Amino acid sequence: MPTIAEKQAILIEEFTFFDEWMDKYAHIIEMGKELPVLDDAHKNDDLLVQGCQSKVWLKAEKEGAHVRFHADADAIIAKGIVAMLIDVFDDQPAEEVAAADLGFLEEIGLKDHLSPTRANGLMSMIKQMKFYALAFSSVN
Amino acid sequence: MNYDVQAIREQFPILHQQIQGRPLVYLDNAATAQKPLAVIEAITHFYTKDNANVHRGVHTLSQRSTDAMEAVRADVCAHINAREVAEIIFTRGITDSINTVAFGMGALIQPHQNVVITALEHHSNIVPWQMLCERTGASLRYIPMNDKGELDLSNLAALVDENTAMVAFNHISNALGTINPVQIILDRAKAVGAWTLVDGAQSGPHAKVDVQDWDVDFFTLSSHKMYGPTGLGVLYGKRERLEAIPPYQGGGEMIATVTLEKSTYATIPHKFEAGTPHIEGIIGFGAALNYINSVGIEAIAAHEAALLAYATKALSTIEGFRIIGTAEHKASVISFLVEGTHPYDLGVLLDQQGIAVRTGQHCTQPIMDQFCIAGTARASFAMYNTYEEIDLFKAALERAVTMLR
Repeated sequence: MPTIAEKQAILIEEFTFFDEWMDKYAHIIEMGKELPVLDDAHKNDDLLVQGCQSKVWLKAEKEGAHVRFHADADAIIAKGIVAMLIDVFDDQPAEEVAAADLGFLEEIGLKDHLSPTRANGLMSMIKQMKFYALAFSSVN
Repeated sequence: MNYDVQAIREQFPILHQQIQGRPLVYLDNAATAQKPLAVIEAITHFYTKDNANVHRGVHTLSQRSTDAMEAVRADVCAHINAREVAEIIFTRGITDSINTVAFGMGALIQPHQNVVITALEHHSNIVPWQMLCERTGASLRYIPMNDKGELDLSNLAALVDENTAMVAFNHISNALGTINPVQIILDRAKAVGAWTLVDGAQSGPHAKVDVQDWDVDFFTLSSHKMYGPTGLGVLYGKRERLEAIPPYQGGGEMIATVTLEKSTYATIPHKFEAGTPHIEGIIGFGAALNYINSVGIEAIAAHEAALLAYATKALSTIEGFRIIGTAEHKASVISFLVEGTHPYDLGVLLDQQGIAVRTGQHCTQPIMDQFCIAGTARASFAMYNTYEEIDLFKAALERAVTMLR
């Protein structure tokens, strides 16, 4: 299992193929489409990430010392972004998720590219994932 | 008719730029319109030559600023055919205009009375009336709309009754583009002695309005939607109405005398213009009005109607394309969804291709609720938009849809 740092390096490598943002978005959209859908039963307001323009549901489970993430969104770009975060954070040790630095978002240019409202949405997703991870690691 | 759209575009410097390496196609005009050189130059001239505070001081610059500002008041008066310049109040925007009236009516309205608005309003023409009703115990009623986004007036006589204190509604819907049957609603309101307010946020840039012909009590305009500066609105009110309601902001400029015990208010319009006004905005708005009139509002409306018809036809060939708001009488707004895509995603991918559209609820949550949708993407056209831009928009939308499905 690659580490969080290794996962990020793979994503950065993938995005180096694309010069234009349309192509980067196409890739993000594909990742969104590949993310398994969350059962409608789980799409309740408790799981909604606050601060996103579109609806993003995020579910986390503890599996030993690791944390498993599942998510869905009504807009596909938001879903693609959360899919990237899941790619990096899913099935990683909870303590490492809580402490991780997500440099790849700057490396692939996403952080600078997003409008302030959407950048806030991204930050909210990360915050929520880390919040779960922190809660799980303190249980250990 | 000789409508030279290229000559008009030359007057709007902001349009001549690239976004993401592609020519900007600005289709978010219902949110705010771009500014012609005449407006930009008027503001520059004001700060370069004439800037001073108005209505005080005898020095030359103050006199020039005051004259320039009051000349615009006269222009607005003529533009909407008000009886006298004192009936033209400058506000911070339409939200401020409507709040001024809704607050002022608090002193007059009784708990058994009601306020009637419509299911087609912007939040700015909903919330002030909800607040008024909460404060006074009056009730709020809604004229419903049908599936096409047209007001359903079949129950108008029951909704607007002898207990109706105010009927407030927009001339043209920002979310759907519907042009409402203003006169029918005003006539019913008048028949029962109710006051009336028409929100002209979207009609200002597209339609000629004569407030005396309508015989409406209050009418509002937004400068920034009419190619003028932001932060400025107009409240027109009949003299007897404006004199009947108290101001909701106190301060300088709006008083006649001030002692530590009691102040008396100035006469209209100054009674409602507390504080230093948005002088530069007013002067810029005057230039915008002159510019609109130099092109001709009927010519602009005809051009926009042609763009709307062209775009509606062109876009409808996209599979799964659905227009929200298909009223028979519509201004140049296309609110839409495309099956299998989310409006936010469309907005992002259009922006990547240089196309600016609005996405979301357009400050009209109740309308979105009625259509059971979370929001739409919206393209809205102005005097400077072209057929070529609609072609670019369509091609960009098709590309976005292909990526998203």
